[in-house]
Amino acid sequence: MSRRLNEDVIKSLLLVCAFFSMIIIFLIIIFLFKEGLEAFTYTNVFDFLTGTEWVPKNNIYGAAPFIISSLFVTAGAIIIAVPIGILTAIFMAEIAPSSVREIVKPAIELLAGIPSVIYGLFGLIIIVKYIRITLDIPSGETILAGSVILAIMILPTIISISEDAIRQVPRAYKEGSCALGATHWESIRRIIVPSASSGIMASIILGVGRAIGETMAVVLVVGNVEKIPTSFFDAGEPLTSTILLEMGEAAVGSAHYHSIFALGIFLFVIVMILNIASNFWLGRGVRHG
Amino acid sequence: MVRMEIKDVNLWYGSFHALKDINMDIYKNKVTAFIGPSGCGKSTLIRCLNRMNDLIDGVKTTGEILLDGKNIYDKDVDVVKLRKDVGMVFQKPNPFPISIYDNITYGPKLHGVKDKGKLKEIVESNLKGAALWNEVKDILDQNAMSISGGQQQRVCIARCLAIEPEVILFDEPCSALDPISTGKIEDLIIKLKKDYTIVIVTHNMQQAARISDYTGYFYLGNLMEFNKTKKIFTNPDNPQTENYITGKFG
Amino acid sequence: MDRHTKDKLMKGILWASAILTIAVLLIIIGFIVVKGSPAISWEFLTTKPLRSGRLGGIYPAIIGTIYLAGMAVIVATPIGVGGALFLTEFTREGKITKAIRFGADTLNGIPSIIFGLFGFSFLVFYLGLGISILSGGLTLAFMILPTIFRASEEAIRAVPIWDKEGSYALGASKLQTIWKVVMPQSVSGIVTGIILGLGRAAGETAPIIFTAAILNPVLPKSIMQPTMALPAHLYTLTSEGISMENAFGTALVLIVMVLIFNFAVSIIRKKKSIRR
Repeated sequence: MSRRLNEDVIKSLLLVCAFFSMIIIFLIIIFLFKEGLEAFTYTNVFDFLTGTEWVPKNNIYGAAPFIISSLFVTAGAIIIAVPIGILTAIFMAEIAPSSVREIVKPAIELLAGIPSVIYGLFGLIIIVKYIRITLDIPSGETILAGSVILAIMILPTIISISEDAIRQVPRAYKEGSCALGATHWESIRRIIVPSASSGIMASIILGVGRAIGETMAVVLVVGNVEKIPTSFFDAGEPLTSTILLEMGEAAVGSAHYHSIFALGIFLFVIVMILNIASNFWLGRGVRHG
Repeated sequence: MVRMEIKDVNLWYGSFHALKDINMDIYKNKVTAFIGPSGCGKSTLIRCLNRMNDLIDGVKTTGEILLDGKNIYDKDVDVVKLRKDVGMVFQKPNPFPISIYDNITYGPKLHGVKDKGKLKEIVESNLKGAALWNEVKDILDQNAMSISGGQQQRVCIARCLAIEPEVILFDEPCSALDPISTGKIEDLIIKLKKDYTIVIVTHNMQQAARISDYTGYFYLGNLMEFNKTKKIFTNPDNPQTENYITGKFG
Repeated sequence: MDRHTKDKLMKGILWASAILTIAVLLIIIGFIVVKGSPAISWEFLTTKPLRSGRLGGIYPAIIGTIYLAGMAVIVATPIGVGGALFLTEFTREGKITKAIRFGADTLNGIPSIIFGLFGFSFLVFYLGLGISILSGGLTLAFMILPTIFRASEEAIRAVPIWDKEGSYALGASKLQTIWKVVMPQSVSGIVTGIILGLGRAAGETAPIIFTAAILNPVLPKSIMQPTMALPAHLYTLTSEGISMENAFGTALVLIVMVLIFNFAVSIIRKKKSIRR
């Protein structure tokens, strides 16, 4: 009798543990919106998202420069990381001898484990300087620098998820293709990669989510100028940088404070959409028809 | 006339000795069947004939396999060309997850056929060759995974015919199919031997008896007996072969 | 182009991209090691920073990071392991398990800066925990929960069913079976998850800047006090341009921590795969 009771108590405790992630997500939503929606009593949503000026001391809050900066750095990161990431994933799944794989795999995991602030330091000293000298521009702190650093940071995500997807492609497809006289590359290009396309898509979307949400690496290299960038060689200030840089100065409960949380809401919503989209693509698995 | 000669072939998976001193001839325009219990090496041997085992890590092959007098394991052999000459149909139907049409044109396109009209012709003639045309002529753009298993296997046969091979290898082509589909495939194989040299691995003794001209019986990596099918099934030299065929063992 | 040449060329490109990826890793680590080692000394590791870190060491930041990461793991481990036990032992595959996993994956994808905002408004203000090790540690715990949860789930799921059936057949209760059969067999996988979580918590910056970190080089006396932390200190040194030499030294300490954690994980994994 008591054993039964015991088990029920523990089971309900474990149930709470299992749903803890959900609970935190709900709390995040509640508190983010509680603090952030307040901002729209000062600025309407449309003006907030499209306004090109952000001057807290005059209570002007237009987030367009940050949103566009975020889009710029993320797009740049994806352009750089996707080809390298997918090619490396193909290498890992199809080409690498197991001895090589045993070295490369942990190296990629390590790349994922390096703290983002260290990427920022590296980017500031090496990449920013390199860009300044090679392109002969006054400052190397540019969108491009942010994109390069982000590209390195999202490589592990793209590689590991794409590699898994490629590995899941049935061996029979590859054998069938080779038996018809296709070279290995032709089989990869025409059969294996297309069959893994939804997993690869998921990895890219997840990479976008990581890139757009990354803070520490980017804030150190993009220059942080509250102006709409027009090229990859301009400085910019992504959403995450603004939140990080201005939280310290904003008085709790002020319009500025609420506006920062409103940026947080916007970022959160975008990342959630990307996560759900990526989950959807992953759920589709290997293409069977 | 001999089309392929297998000479002193040995094969190891790592340290496992899977084929031991195999010697046999594959005759032109005949059906040669490999039979034997699971793990006897029959599938391994058939996969040597188009060097499919190259795709597996840790496989070592010695000996010679001659195709029209030329050793296919020579260094200067183009494996891609070999696989075009020696086509293969697998145990489980493995059409690509693309349309029926694209499945058939996959090989010809790789080998340089670009003309749309020519490709169309190839699709029609080879689907007819695989006795499938009437069943799928209106659904050519449907995904090949959406048709029945037996139809899928005939798509794979048509796909194989489309690369114009000289030899076709069938690795237990009916083991995943129902009896009616099996019957259709068997009829097809008998019809195909007019134009092709055929090797088939099968679990099914009756199938070997029905469709093959020559039969090899394998056991634990050895070729125990190789002879005309009639002889093997009526009066085998080796008592072990008889035991297997009559079902006393296997 | 000839098909065989193309095949070789593409394989060359595949090799090149993998080599590039590895080269980037080696360059980053090599760079930090080369630039950071001059700053490292016994004194650097054991004394307080002076003049905002221009001089002196990083002792309080090391201690603070240990507190924060330790706290995060202490909080997240029981929740993560408990959740994984529920998922694997107390429920069937279905809508509920899907929802639980979706929750963990989603939490895992939320940017760290959002955790910072949340920790600040919920823990620091709403619950009144203030800027403190407690606030920072809890925020980090929420962040690393999915890592520990997923690793535990995988480890527990790998316990063979016949081992559990053997235990039930001897009349053991569910809890006894979990305690005596499931946990001992999955402990190394769970530890792997904990170490991964530890590494992540030690390196995170944005969440603790809002919830726990200060620039004042004092050692915390309780978990209700704020603290210095390595990543936040590194960020301040770099962004304010206080001392690049000390920034690299701090980065080296941080990266060595991460390397040790990764190394530990790979040793545990290797041992496990040998035992099987």
